[in-house]
Amino acid sequence: MTSRSNTKAAPAHRVDLEARVGKAGERHVPPILLPDGTLAPGAECPLGDEAVIEALVLMIRSRLVDDRGVSFQRQGRIGTFSEARGQEAATAGSALALDPATDWVVQAYRELPALLRQGMSLTQYWMLFIGHPDGWAFPADVNVFPLQIELGTQLPHAVGMAWGLRLQRRPGVVIGYFGDGASSEGDFYEAGNLAGVTEAPVVLFCQNNGWAISTPRQKQTRAETIAAKAAAFGIPGYVVDGNDVMAVYAVTKEAVERARAGGGPTLIEAQTYRLGAHNTADDPTRYSAKEEREDWERRDPLARLRTYAINAGLWDKERDEELAERTYAEIDDAFREAQERSAARTPAMLFDHVYANPPARLERQRRLIEEEEGLWLS
Amino acid sequence: MAVLSMIEAIRGALTSEMERDERMMVLGQDVATLGGVFRATDGLAARFGPERVVDTPLAESSIVGASVGLAASGLVPVAEIQFLGFAHLAFHQIAHQLARLRYRSQGRLGCQVTIRAPFGGGVRALEIHSDAYEAMYAQVPGLKIAAPATARDAKGLLLASIRDEDPVLFLEPLRGYRLVKDDVPDGDYTVELGQARVARAGTDVTIVAWSGMVPVAERAAETLAADGVSAEIIDLRSLVPLDVDTIVASVVKTGRAVVVQEGPMTAGFASEVVTSISEEAFYSLEAPVARVTGPDTPYPFAAAVEEYYLPGEARLVGAVRRTLAA
Repeated sequence: MTSRSNTKAAPAHRVDLEARVGKAGERHVPPILLPDGTLAPGAECPLGDEAVIEALVLMIRSRLVDDRGVSFQRQGRIGTFSEARGQEAATAGSALALDPATDWVVQAYRELPALLRQGMSLTQYWMLFIGHPDGWAFPADVNVFPLQIELGTQLPHAVGMAWGLRLQRRPGVVIGYFGDGASSEGDFYEAGNLAGVTEAPVVLFCQNNGWAISTPRQKQTRAETIAAKAAAFGIPGYVVDGNDVMAVYAVTKEAVERARAGGGPTLIEAQTYRLGAHNTADDPTRYSAKEEREDWERRDPLARLRTYAINAGLWDKERDEELAERTYAEIDDAFREAQERSAARTPAMLFDHVYANPPARLERQRRLIEEEEGLWLS
Repeated sequence: MAVLSMIEAIRGALTSEMERDERMMVLGQDVATLGGVFRATDGLAARFGPERVVDTPLAESSIVGASVGLAASGLVPVAEIQFLGFAHLAFHQIAHQLARLRYRSQGRLGCQVTIRAPFGGGVRALEIHSDAYEAMYAQVPGLKIAAPATARDAKGLLLASIRDEDPVLFLEPLRGYRLVKDDVPDGDYTVELGQARVARAGTDVTIVAWSGMVPVAERAAETLAADGVSAEIIDLRSLVPLDVDTIVASVVKTGRAVVVQEGPMTAGFASEVVTSISEEAFYSLEAPVARVTGPDTPYPFAAAVEEYYLPGEARLVGAVRRTLAA
């Protein structure tokens, strides 16, 4: 990160608690960064200059990885791929509120900026989509739960982990990501309820992108907002413009600080939009209106922050081009390395880490497949 | 050494392990203030306090799901599911999360979690309380399953299960909680998972049983002994890992085997035992291996017909006699 002589420290921003309040007591966080890239009247950027650049770089890198990922999938070089396109502000803004050394990300599956902020390597990311177990293997200094594929199921893990950290008097806070679709799952309600009861230092962070594949948000719940459900858990709930990286950061920062200080959990609903498809097997033109997609294109969170940063003298076209060039090179190097590492496959990859102490008959199955290995690969 | 009931042995093991390992906690419905609906956790809350013995909301999925996170944070949770039948409400957390996190994280995050659950019938309970669903869990890679039949093994297997880095489903025979009483050694000992026990030595026929069916097998063996039939009883003690060697050694000696289980016949765990015998002891067999099981019906919630459902001494004796006559 380039440091600048005119670097400005982050002001002590607090979410305006006089904000609009929904029917169930959920608070609508006032906007900070407007769609045109200007600050809302009277609002102040809660991020210092370096953090603005960090957020922008995370979002741009994520967008470039998405570009390459879709292209790799089309070329048959990776399996099904899900983009974060359009939702980068929600995850970059929330992840910037964490301390990667102590805090944990429990992911759903559309949080690339948060994973990058926590320190995940692109090589690991590509190995996941190439289809190699090391794609799941977060190194010891990257505090991320591995991708699991059921929906909402990860939220009790986030609560349990946060509860466990607190019981051990350790400083960490856990953020559990999920989507609007997963908010209909039973595990979301069980997790929110348990979080409230245990006062676990957890932030339940919903990326409401409006669509669960083809099912619109209105069909998931009759509640006015997903944040409204916080009332049933007895915890604070917030609605924030998920494309306003500054407002997302501010409300998450406050939730993380509250959790760290022993104030318990928070439910945040970031309202955003998936500008890409659900995944590379999906076709959004079958269910969403062109006007809707175009409307959200105009609210692109990345364009918004880029405009702000350029106007603030923190960013320019040259930096943009330099970052793209560097990132594409990094992506391609990482992909090459991932391909090389993924080329190695052995029966051990089936058996290693299934058990700490494997049963004898599993060891026999392992020997059998190892003996037959030549047959399989010939 | 003292004669203890199974529930006393379990309570003693939980207490001594909480004393020994500060990371251990107990969570579940009614486990703290009440001490568990069967009193397995009686006294723990008073002794170890509300942070280590926790009454949770009535929600099986998050009891198991939170245990996954608690374990990942470095604690050793021992969760109680009040009855195994209700563990279906957490099945995805057990099968897809708890049992897979070690593999999914490639060894970074383990799940040193024990789930205790009573199961099995014979206590005139309401629906779903009595079903013996162990076979459904035996198909879950990454999970281990302990199923003790004696108080002595309940203590030793529970201590081994809690200390095992792998997640263990610890099945407790509901009917045996207070009926089963035997000598339990004082002090610390473990019974290794994956080691069956020869509960009774014999030469004419092998009866394979686990948990609540072991006392049934013992009564049947007494009856058969009066007729001059010497039955050997293998108490599996754990289903995963399965001690095939001990089963095979017995069948090689006797040449005949009957496997008894409480649950429905089709795709039950008895099928796994029978298959293992046919794979590894086929040429020692002098008769087809027989199964004695519950029928493929729902477990009856009408106490009046429970006796028809449960394999009893008479049915097992009949099966052994047919096997001997074959």
